[in-house]
Amino acid sequence: MTLAPERTAPQTIPAHASTKPNGINPRLSVTSLTPRPQRPALKKSGRPNPAAHLTPEQIEGIGVELDALRKEVMDSRGERDAAYIRTVIKTQRYLEMGSRAVLLFSGVKVKGFRPAWWIGTAGLSVAKILENMEIGHNVMHGQWDWMRDPKIHSTAWEWDNASPSTQWKHSHNEIHHTFTNVLGRDNDLGYGILRVDEDQRWSPFFLFQPIWHVGNALLFEYSIAAYDLELGGYLAKRKRMSEEEKAKFRADAAEVVAKIKRQATKDYVVHPALAAATFTGSARHTLTANVVANLVRNVWTNTVIICGHFPPGIATFEKTTIEGETRGEWYLRQMLGSGNISGSKAMHVMSGNLSHQIEHHLFPDMPSNRYAEIAPQIRDLMERHDLPYVTGSLPKQAASVYWKVVELSLPNKVEGRRRRDIVRLSLKKAWKKKSLGRF
Amino acid sequence: MSAPTVDRPSREAGMPRARLGAHAPGPIGGVVRSARRVVEALATPLVPGDYLDLVDPLRAGADLRGRIIDVRPETSDAVTIVIRPGRGWLGHVPGQYIRIGIDIDGVRQWRAYSLTHRADGSPAAGIPAGCIAITTKAIPDGVVSNHLVRRARPGTLVMLDQATGDFCLPTPAPEKVLFLTAGSGITPVMGMLRNHLGEIADAAHVHCAPTASDVIFADELHGFADSGRLALTLNLDDEHGVLDLARLDTLVPDWRERETWLCGPTGLLDAAEAHWAAAGLAQALHTERFRPSIIEPGEGGTVTFSASGRTVEADGGTPILDAGEAAGVLMPSGCRMGICFGCVVTMREGAIRDLRTGDITVVEPGDELPVQTCVNAVAGACDLDL
Repeated sequence: MTLAPERTAPQTIPAHASTKPNGINPRLSVTSLTPRPQRPALKKSGRPNPAAHLTPEQIEGIGVELDALRKEVMDSRGERDAAYIRTVIKTQRYLEMGSRAVLLFSGVKVKGFRPAWWIGTAGLSVAKILENMEIGHNVMHGQWDWMRDPKIHSTAWEWDNASPSTQWKHSHNEIHHTFTNVLGRDNDLGYGILRVDEDQRWSPFFLFQPIWHVGNALLFEYSIAAYDLELGGYLAKRKRMSEEEKAKFRADAAEVVAKIKRQATKDYVVHPALAAATFTGSARHTLTANVVANLVRNVWTNTVIICGHFPPGIATFEKTTIEGETRGEWYLRQMLGSGNISGSKAMHVMSGNLSHQIEHHLFPDMPSNRYAEIAPQIRDLMERHDLPYVTGSLPKQAASVYWKVVELSLPNKVEGRRRRDIVRLSLKKAWKKKSLGRF
Repeated sequence: MSAPTVDRPSREAGMPRARLGAHAPGPIGGVVRSARRVVEALATPLVPGDYLDLVDPLRAGADLRGRIIDVRPETSDAVTIVIRPGRGWLGHVPGQYIRIGIDIDGVRQWRAYSLTHRADGSPAAGIPAGCIAITTKAIPDGVVSNHLVRRARPGTLVMLDQATGDFCLPTPAPEKVLFLTAGSGITPVMGMLRNHLGEIADAAHVHCAPTASDVIFADELHGFADSGRLALTLNLDDEHGVLDLARLDTLVPDWRERETWLCGPTGLLDAAEAHWAAAGLAQALHTERFRPSIIEPGEGGTVTFSASGRTVEADGGTPILDAGEAAGVLMPSGCRMGICFGCVVTMREGAIRDLRTGDITVVEPGDELPVQTCVNAVAGACDLDL
């Protein structure tokens, strides 16, 4: 099993090195570029290219328009935005402290039921979700760096999650946001354990992916930690790794273990012990409350995140198509490779505004409270250019992904062959390979 | 130079207080240390202080902050801001300055201001005991000074640094002193006059301002003069023209015999340093410069990587990341397009231009700012902490 396939060093991004008309990375600016010829209407897999109808000039026009919008919003950042994130942080901290205080009495029974457990668990779950989504994720994207407050800065933030922030920032901010939906480059597409796109190669391993998927959702913070650590890649390739690479892995692994230890000590030892010390007989209940809150957070974040790139209608890309990518083309890929979740304001806050995944992927460092404001303009821009703006309610989008996980656990339909035959054949092949290897 | 202290108990005690129990020996120290570890475990991944700050941001042990308790107009474009500092405040010596960090339009801005208050806590001090005061004059396009003068409100929380600077009177104070000030350069001197005027046998003061109504602390200065404690001369530029230092011979004929404390605009400082040097009296002149260098953004320039001791020339179109790597500096890097924030490095000084937008960011000395090296080019000598 490969959790995180091979990662390519950033130096190989061709846009950076080769096509520099005047020494400036064409991804930085929409001015000073030479757009490339039009794209073919069909991708290699035979699926249609949703941007095939656009001329290179139109694509660069989209880039100019988006850059102007970005500038308008970024120039207007101010008091109101700073007050927003400060309020969210304050609310989250009070909610967490309050919930934990309530949980000190989680063992107290009133009429055959434990109200403090339910209230405390609900509060702690919401606090943990807010901390991970609207605060942690967005602060670590540098969305609030402009405030110059060292306490709310991307370089300083550590979140309530198993994955250490530095490792997460690398795999998420750098790899996923740069190579969004590029097959073989963006491992977020299925995290290496799920097949969520027809263009991903099928193997018998994926037959069981509905199980992996549920397990992944429940233990999401730990699978993210393993993913950020590239544990799968290490296990698969450790025999071929240099001593230096191994040492780097060991140092990273030690960091993860230390982080998990601290997190577990807090949730599963110190807070229950504190409850025990209050003599309300709540230690066990505080422990279960913390376990449940972490599970709820895991399932919620997983549900929101799978709706961002896996629902039907969202495009994926081949490695070759991003060579020499211009800023306009980059924007286009981000728009086509992301999907939104419609819903109430509360839904947007609880998802860390990742319900505005399209807007977030266009401008990952824009303060999250602004995504809702620019969403109508982005939608209008995409509709004007006849591009699909994928959006839907959380149940609808999540269900579509769950269905996809089941459907794509089987190989693609191929003309003249039944899926059953392909499965049977590849199982036979895999069995043979394994047996031959043994003797 | 040994400096008199007023509200600072002692220089030796002037170090940040050690955390409770950190060095306490024996069982009590051990209990305190274990308790602290438990509290830290409760708060992880944050620190206990992050939660305590919600309740009491001015408590001992917190990052130094202060709360503005009063904003008092001095002239039409100058105000005195009275601040109650947090319990970590260590006091100051008159003439010293503090840096205050205030959030303006959501952005934390740091600036240095001289402390002007009388520090003995007496009714004559005019401010509550334990409070401090800075006086600021709005300068054209000054983001912070204009905010403080026109929009600052009591109740606002500001970040503070401990007092610093050696523009102070020695102990004992010299017999004969000349204070030479212009505009808001009066502020550190006012701190000295309010606290130490009684210790100086013969004090002369030449202050320059455009008009009489621009003189900050005018009433108080005239009060000092009327009581015979200060020989005050006002040079009103609109009336007398900009001060010609040659006039000192008539204004304060014995200026050569006096130790002089000078604070004002760069032009005056430069001229005075030359004037005193020409008279062979450079030793007797003490100056305070608030802006040691003026950074004028342009195109390209040198980047100094101070930790690795390398200096490279970069043009206005090359990202600092590329320039550093080309020179063999081990730079943190990431997406190279400004989205991942993996290349952020602290800039100590200089000017940079954002290659995506053309926006210029100037970092004044002491204003350390983390910047993205992959999307910024040099726009004036930069100093990076790498």
